Amino acid sequence: MRNEPSSVLNEFRQGSVDAFETLFHLHQRAVYGWILRIVRNPATAEELTVETFWRIYQARARFEPSRGFEGWARRIATRAALDWLRAMQHEQESPEDFSVELAAPAFADAAISAEIRRKTALAFSRLAPKLRIAATLVVVEEQPHKEVAEALGISIAAVKLRVFRALRLLRKDLQQQGITP
Amino acid sequence: MKKLLQQALPPVDSDAAPGRDLWPAVKQRLDARSDRTQSISPASIRWELLDLALLAGLAAFAAFLPASIPVFLYYL
Repeated sequence: MRNEPSSVLNEFRQGSVDAFETLFHLHQRAVYGWILRIVRNPATAEELTVETFWRIYQARARFEPSRGFEGWARRIATRAALDWLRAMQHEQESPEDFSVELAAPAFADAAISAEIRRKTALAFSRLAPKLRIAATLVVVEEQPHKEVAEALGISIAAVKLRVFRALRLLRKDLQQQGITP
Repeated sequence: MKKLLQQALPPVDSDAAPGRDLWPAVKQRLDARSDRTQSISPASIRWELLDLALLAGLAAFAAFLPASIPVFLYYL
């Protein structure tokens, strides 16, 4: 993400739509990319990016320009994505939709069959959303613990604990299906 | 486990970008909100039965015990 002049941040805080548009165009791509990492569906990521910036504008009075826009936006984006994952967990009939829009791995390991990959994705989609977000960002996307902790609004130790719990539950689920990771 | 997960859920391209400019959609929501805000006037607020009952109760209380009005206002 890019830095923006403090005057733009102050104007945004006071409700300027022009300043908000400037910030939107500076951060749209990064916010979208962050959400896509979590929800793994481009159309949903676009919808949630709009939702995120809507929430950002709504919450502008609570924004502290001295702390920067990037981390704040990422935190709101993570919250919006988490809300969506929770809603989907109740509504989703087929968890296969979880990664349907993303391309297959560029370098598929021959030792890992398509069936195992499918079962792993399904087992992963059955995890609680807060565990899934932490594991997706840390293990799959290899984002720094510090960034993930800030985005989730928890400590680094809590992120590590969530990742540990997610992997333990995933391993258990896969073992019940006869897959030994 | 990490390798298996990355095979099952391929990492997202770091250059991923939305397929369209999303600003018009955000602007549309902002405009819809400002229209809604302008359209709300005291006359357009729908008074629920419970609100009216509370109001009637308060009016009756004030009528029978007028000395309680300053105390009530103090605690508002």
